[in-house]
Amino acid sequence: MKKIFTVLFLMAAAFTLFACNNDNGGEVLVIRAWNDEFQNRFRDYYPDYVSTNSDGTDVLEDGTTVKWVIVANDDNGYQNALDLALQNQETADADDKVDMFLIEADYALKYVNSDYTLDIIEDLDIDEADLDEQYQYTKDIVTSSEGKLKGTSWQATPGLFAYRRSIAEAVLGTDDPDEVQAEINTWAKFDAVAADMKEAGYYMLSGYDDAYRTFSNNMANPWVNSSDEIVIDPVIEDWIEQTKTYSDNDYNHGASLWDSTWSADQGADGEVFGFFYSTWGINFTLQGNAGDEGFGDWAVAQGPASYYWGGTWITAAKGTDNKDLVKDIMLKLTADKDIMKQITIDTQDYTNHKSAMQELADDPDFGSDFLGGQNHIALFIESAEAISMENISPYDQALNEGIQTAFRDYFSGEVSEDDAWDNFYEIVQAKHPELKRKD
Amino acid sequence: MKKKTNKLNYSRYGIYFIAPFFIVYIIFSLIPLLSTFYYSFFEYYMRQGIMQVGPNFIFLDNYINIFSDGILFKYAGNTLIMWLMGFIPQIILSLLLALWFTSTRLKIKGTGFFKTIMYMPNLVMASAFSMLFLQIFAANGPVVNMLMESGLLEEEFNFFEKVITTRSLIALMNFLMWFGNTTILLMAGIMGIDQTVIESASVDGANSRQIFLRIILPLLKPIMLYVLITSLIGGIQMFDIPQILTEGNGGPNLATKTMIMYLHDLITTSKNYGLAGAVSVLLFIVTAALSFVVFRAFKNNDMVDIEATARK
Repeated sequence: MKKIFTVLFLMAAAFTLFACNNDNGGEVLVIRAWNDEFQNRFRDYYPDYVSTNSDGTDVLEDGTTVKWVIVANDDNGYQNALDLALQNQETADADDKVDMFLIEADYALKYVNSDYTLDIIEDLDIDEADLDEQYQYTKDIVTSSEGKLKGTSWQATPGLFAYRRSIAEAVLGTDDPDEVQAEINTWAKFDAVAADMKEAGYYMLSGYDDAYRTFSNNMANPWVNSSDEIVIDPVIEDWIEQTKTYSDNDYNHGASLWDSTWSADQGADGEVFGFFYSTWGINFTLQGNAGDEGFGDWAVAQGPASYYWGGTWITAAKGTDNKDLVKDIMLKLTADKDIMKQITIDTQDYTNHKSAMQELADDPDFGSDFLGGQNHIALFIESAEAISMENISPYDQALNEGIQTAFRDYFSGEVSEDDAWDNFYEIVQAKHPELKRKD
Repeated sequence: MKKKTNKLNYSRYGIYFIAPFFIVYIIFSLIPLLSTFYYSFFEYYMRQGIMQVGPNFIFLDNYINIFSDGILFKYAGNTLIMWLMGFIPQIILSLLLALWFTSTRLKIKGTGFFKTIMYMPNLVMASAFSMLFLQIFAANGPVVNMLMESGLLEEEFNFFEKVITTRSLIALMNFLMWFGNTTILLMAGIMGIDQTVIESASVDGANSRQIFLRIILPLLKPIMLYVLITSLIGGIQMFDIPQILTEGNGGPNLATKTMIMYLHDLITTSKNYGLAGAVSVLLFIVTAALSFVVFRAFKNNDMVDIEATARK
């Protein structure tokens, strides 16, 4: 028996060795990502894509092989693996050199300000006019401190307030998006509606950090100033004050983003009025959580403040040996009007092309069945124009996560506000030793 | 001369056979260990997580920082409290079970079966176990629902929002995972005790309490010490259970953040090799000191045994 296993094992090992040896047909393009979203977009919409091999690599028309390195985001895993690959970029084999990698807004500047990314205008020779239809905020996020554009995105991710039509009908007497918006278009009105919801036995929001981004995206200063001191913006203090009030009065359900209570609150038995969600959240996450019973029971309104949440940017890695191909992928998948429009029609996702989106917004036949036929694209357009992302910092990820973690204990009543601040600095300084507490 | 060339030198085969271990040990253990000591005297991290700072020699500044801000000691306190919360019930239950299973008077049937069952939790990966607890004790999870249906809980309760409940869950998991192991160790210790001593004591009219307190417990001391110290060393390295149960936050109020979780924070985002090196060196010293205690205790005890036999 043992011998059989040994033979089988050796055969498997030999097979793997041979399997590795047969991919030397043409250039190799290496793309690093943390999930398969871009991979799917690439396979569905990149015109030169031909087929996928059994080992997960893709073949393009000119014979180029596209190799995907997908490392999950958990526990900073994606960035750790990426950093290591970028540090070894110069000594890596031509076929292993990173050509493109994806980044998220919260840590975009980490890579954008570094030498590991290429200036897409100067180094890749992309005509700036080709990117005219993209939203300015999506460019601001990937513009380095020296003013160089280092990446591009196929999505814009403006956020809205998604609410349950049945609860709106019961408490506000209407489920019409315009009329609901009139009830919640300032924070003061939003708070008043929250009190009504509580009165009627519902929650206004699900978790402590649901509204966080609607505040943090409107900061007047970056999180960290030029002398490495952490600056607490007044809107962050507003968020803390509002969330504490909501928690003490049971206006929220005490959940946290992505936890099981939060997901269940979006389901058929949920008693939560609404969720702050951006483009992808409504069509993927909320629709998934709401299930069949919730289909058609949701609508979107702009809410009290404009914000964005999420989004993915494509960057070109320094040392890439496929500049022309990288340029072509960027132009086709983030700036081509027809492709952008088709992605939105197929997936309901909101793409980064103003005039394509405008056409869909003006199309009376276009709408989301999940949202009861509402044309959410029209609302996203207004919201996207209002986003300003000039005040991001390379430390946003650690600081945004840190403040949500530290203040959860304050909202639940486990610690005082002063202790929560101490914990916040403790968390952040362990992650970034250069940051200082401002006196 | 002729004779010498014919003689096979077998000793070099011995060296060949042990060489792989030493090569692997030097590359993967010794060099990292020494470089940890080395970098603990440097300022060496990634600014914004990507731009290298240092290495600048700063001698003891990392150590001075650790002792002056005291954060590590707070986490050491957390670790110790959670370890004690798990260890005290564990040693009591294990001792009781070990006594029952080895008792010639009780003659419990199927001890092999129970030993296997008790050891089972140790075979589950700690991270998987932790994920399971995270689901079971979630605010809308089965435990809360059961408590609410039975009327024990008035309203929804979040176990992970209170320091005491979160710490208790971590201690409970450590307890469940390790009590079987401790029981088996203690059983081995008890079975190693000369049965004639226990028999003669009972012939002389000693009751079971006296036998336990006067005979078994004193003779079990070295095993107890071994269990204590190995468990303490394991406790110092507590990481995966709290890390996963609190999703890396060490919450609430950072009261479940252990020393290794702190080390993890230092190294993941800004790769702070300097400060993390200093923390590791301190942990190394404590662990080495504890191991030394075990080593000494066993050495002394053997000598006592030998002396005792010699005196007979």
